[in-house]
Amino acid sequence: MSRTVAALVTVSGSPAAMSVLLVALLLLPLLGAVALLVPGPLGTLAVRFGLAVSGMVFAVAVAVASLFDYSAAGRMQGTVDLPWIPWLGVRFHLGIDGISLPLVVLTALLTLLCLVYLAGHRPPRARELVFALLVLELGMIGTFLSLDLLLFFVFFEVVLIPMYFVIAVWGGEGRRRAAYKFILYTLLGSAVLLVGLLYVWAQTGTLDMVRLAADHPMGRTAQILAFVAIGVGLAVKTPMWPLHTWLPDAHTEAPTVGSVLLAGVLLKMGTYGFARVAIPILPEGAAAVAPWLGALAVVGIVYGALACLAQRDLKRLIAYSSVGHMGFVLLGFATLTPVGINAALYGNIAHGLITGLLFFLVGALKERYGTSDLDELGPGLLGRLPYVASLLTFASVASLGLPGLAGFWGEMLALQGAYEPAAGLPRELFLTFMVIGGLGAVLTAAYFLVMLSRLTHGPWGGPGPTLHDATRIELAAWVPLVVLILVFGVWPSALLGLTTPAVQALLGVP
Amino acid sequence: MIVSLVVVLPFAGAVLGLLLSRYPHGRGPAENLAANKRAAWFGVLPTALSTALIGWLAWENTPSTNVLTVIDTGGIAITVGLEAAELSVLTAMLVGVVALAVQVYSVGYMRGESRYPSFSAFISLFTSAMLLVVFAADLLVLYVGWEIMGLCSYLLVGHWWEERANSRAAIKAFLVTRLGDVGFLFGIFVLGFAAGSFRISDVMAADIPEPTLVLATLLLLAGVAGKSAQVPLHTWLPDAMAGPTPISALIHAATMVAAGIFVVARLYVLFPQPTLDVLGVAAAIGMLGAALAAFAQTDLKRVLAYSTISQLAYMAAALAGGARDAAVFHLVTHGAFKALLFLCAGAVIHHVGSNLLGHMGGLRRPMPVTFWTMTVGYAALIGLPPASGFFSKDAILYGLERSSSPIQLLLYGSALLTVGVTGAYATRAWLMTFFGTGKVQALPEPAPGTAHVFDGREAPASMLWPIGVLAIPALLLGFTDTGEFHLAPAVTALVVALLGAAFVYVIWRGAPERDPARLLGVFHGPCEQAFYVDRLYAAVFVRPVLALARGVVRADDHVVDGAVRGTGRATVGLSGLTRHLQNGNAQLYVTGLLAGVLLIAVGAVVLG
Repeated sequence: MSRTVAALVTVSGSPAAMSVLLVALLLLPLLGAVALLVPGPLGTLAVRFGLAVSGMVFAVAVAVASLFDYSAAGRMQGTVDLPWIPWLGVRFHLGIDGISLPLVVLTALLTLLCLVYLAGHRPPRARELVFALLVLELGMIGTFLSLDLLLFFVFFEVVLIPMYFVIAVWGGEGRRRAAYKFILYTLLGSAVLLVGLLYVWAQTGTLDMVRLAADHPMGRTAQILAFVAIGVGLAVKTPMWPLHTWLPDAHTEAPTVGSVLLAGVLLKMGTYGFARVAIPILPEGAAAVAPWLGALAVVGIVYGALACLAQRDLKRLIAYSSVGHMGFVLLGFATLTPVGINAALYGNIAHGLITGLLFFLVGALKERYGTSDLDELGPGLLGRLPYVASLLTFASVASLGLPGLAGFWGEMLALQGAYEPAAGLPRELFLTFMVIGGLGAVLTAAYFLVMLSRLTHGPWGGPGPTLHDATRIELAAWVPLVVLILVFGVWPSALLGLTTPAVQALLGVP
Repeated sequence: MIVSLVVVLPFAGAVLGLLLSRYPHGRGPAENLAANKRAAWFGVLPTALSTALIGWLAWENTPSTNVLTVIDTGGIAITVGLEAAELSVLTAMLVGVVALAVQVYSVGYMRGESRYPSFSAFISLFTSAMLLVVFAADLLVLYVGWEIMGLCSYLLVGHWWEERANSRAAIKAFLVTRLGDVGFLFGIFVLGFAAGSFRISDVMAADIPEPTLVLATLLLLAGVAGKSAQVPLHTWLPDAMAGPTPISALIHAATMVAAGIFVVARLYVLFPQPTLDVLGVAAAIGMLGAALAAFAQTDLKRVLAYSTISQLAYMAAALAGGARDAAVFHLVTHGAFKALLFLCAGAVIHHVGSNLLGHMGGLRRPMPVTFWTMTVGYAALIGLPPASGFFSKDAILYGLERSSSPIQLLLYGSALLTVGVTGAYATRAWLMTFFGTGKVQALPEPAPGTAHVFDGREAPASMLWPIGVLAIPALLLGFTDTGEFHLAPAVTALVVALLGAAFVYVIWRGAPERDPARLLGVFHGPCEQAFYVDRLYAAVFVRPVLALARGVVRADDHVVDGAVRGTGRATVGLSGLTRHLQNGNAQLYVTGLLAGVLLIAVGAVVLG
């Protein structure tokens, strides 16, 4: 390992410490996972081991955030660039900038919180579950750090296997079917994505994202073709209407930690791809496809909200709410303005925090009542479980985009972007999108409030069978999310200051 | 600096109240009592300090701006800043005083209530949000406060959430206002992009073409109509009376509902004539319709709620007619006397154990303090001298009389008629509450939402003090602005109001035990149902949306996902080779990965 480090120092031109940390972000979960493979009486200690590893990863992520040069958030930092598969021109090329840094920290945090949550639950087959989660973490962080198209794809794929197992092994009753649907659907999407990436490579002869984004050497038609292929691949993961149907099933059947990571990080890999690959490398393709992207995005917003309004199952409801929220993220991208892309990146992080918290809470309810059916859980939850129900109210209010909480800025800025889209895009069309998106925001409020009313309000007939309210360990997993939702709600510059320079660099805006 | 403190103090109170009231945790009666005591301090003290600081600002009377930070969003920056000008300080004074009165009053009103800590914390949060709206120097910052007020309204209307009706009312209040707020946000976009800045001072100074202004202000009006319960978005306010009465006094009478009027007054130079005409028509319809509806209500709080809609429409009409200062004057006096009326109504309800006018009567003897203070409130509402409403209403009528608005006749006529109806419904409520024979009898423990059982005594001191203190401005506030007093419209209004009052008195005198609302005859039904607007909206908007939602769920399962499943089945059917993938799981992925690698290899060979 020391040889690798030494090689890094000489190979990369940027500050060595940062590069070492970036590699550590990948090595730690990898080594942790490998260590779990060693046969031995680890048994119940597996979760603690995972906790320690993910804690270290989180510490490294925090170190990265503190070493990060915020005055140059638009520049790639800590780059590592080593040959990997020379005959294909694939390089082990990593780096971090203002777009990927928040996502890396979010991933490390959510994985840590998931393991904190597991520490209070003694899951069956703990060793395998922790193994899957660590591999998942590796893939997720790798996706956000890669600067080589094929490396990006490999990490993108690495995530699928552990998630498949998490759903298929630790899931609910219909887990098999849901897991198949998840893997088939996303694999199909990945195949299309790969075709698109290879097409880019065939056209340009390089896989280096930084160079491709700086020069964009492809012609317009080729860009459109590549954008459609890559876009479809990413849209499956995001998910974009009408490619979303794997999501409700996967979420409903996945265990709590699976749902949290699925909604909190996996969906972001799709949207991150738009910000890192599709839009910067293929700007003309993006401009041509943007109206379509915007149209599907707003359809997703309204459709997701309507589907939630008539939903009877809480987990499905929150899954569909993700379709709506990702609609706002995609709308932000579709505007191709700095505001819009900022909005998308903000919405990404906010959704990860808020929906992560929501799935934690739903998981806690399902664990206590053995169901996530709204009518069986309600009414009067505020009386029976005041802490859980209050937090659920908080998370729902955050999710419906209340100003002062994290969800607001992404939505509001996306609508603002649509009010004045990039030059060359049809303004009237985007104004229509803005109006539809605004109405979607009202519907979003409607279904969350109706859900809260059915679940938390209403007569509860006094304390019934004693169910414990939020435990200490659950609160330990939830409170960091609550705090961050508040922080990003009242201090949007914390994120916008990071993403704005990166987005301006990405769009070539001075 | 002081402005920031004014806003932050109640916010800090809210945070502390929520986190620390119940620390260390415990849910016994003794712990509840201790928690409530601590929560009361967290509620009252910051509000009191904040109000004192507002007083200081009013005393200094120098406009000040305080920019905390500028948020670079990649587009037009957002200036997080506060600005204290004359209108803002005046409105903030109203907010501070009423909020303080309500906080003190709640200590008595919610005594022994186990959820009092969250209740008082939400009031503090509301106070902070409203002060943010009042002092905001940037339109988007204003919007932030604007929406948080809506959330507090939702949480507090639904305070007694065990009752389904309260929960529904809370949802309705939030959603109807949010619908308007979407328009409001878009209006902010139009203004901000036209001016190149969201700062209010920049927007007001910018040279924006009239068509853009008309569009922008019409969009803003949607939000104004929502918050200030103006036609056609007024339907949530009467239902919001499901909340505890102190909330009705603070949020749904004196402050939040006045925010819409405040915003129009604040941005008045931006409002061109066409927008003002639209506002005027809505106000003219609203003020008379709501006054008639108030006359037919059987629930005391709903009488006051419709009265609020009607009085807010007065202010809107004044704005539409060009009498901005009169509108602001009435906003302040109305805030004082309507908060007073609600707090008195709360004392009455607390005493009787019911909201219904039919259950009241003869209360003038057991509740002398409430009787006299509420009489002051009604006098101000009707516009009897020397109460404050007399002067502010006179200013509005004078303004409307001389208005150059193209709909001047409509505004003035409607306002004068409403003065008469206001005299009638206020007199009816006053007579039915305090005169006639007492019908109050001891009731069993009431359901949540109806306060306490009858105990035959006047309300506790913590409730009477705020009532008494609020009665002073309700009575005397009019004299602060007598320079604008005009005798002729005052006499006209007084005669019309007394006519309405006398009419009701004569009817009531004939049969004191019967409801004078029978005077409406065949119109009684429509008036009581507020002209069936609720049913119309349910049929036109609510039910179709719900039906659509059910359709989407079905379509999602059968069409969108059906296509996916169908494709999957077809693929499996076509390819016997891959059938075994159905039972494997590891193989499945390995195959996928292999396919990927194969594709890479093929790509490398063919294209490289």
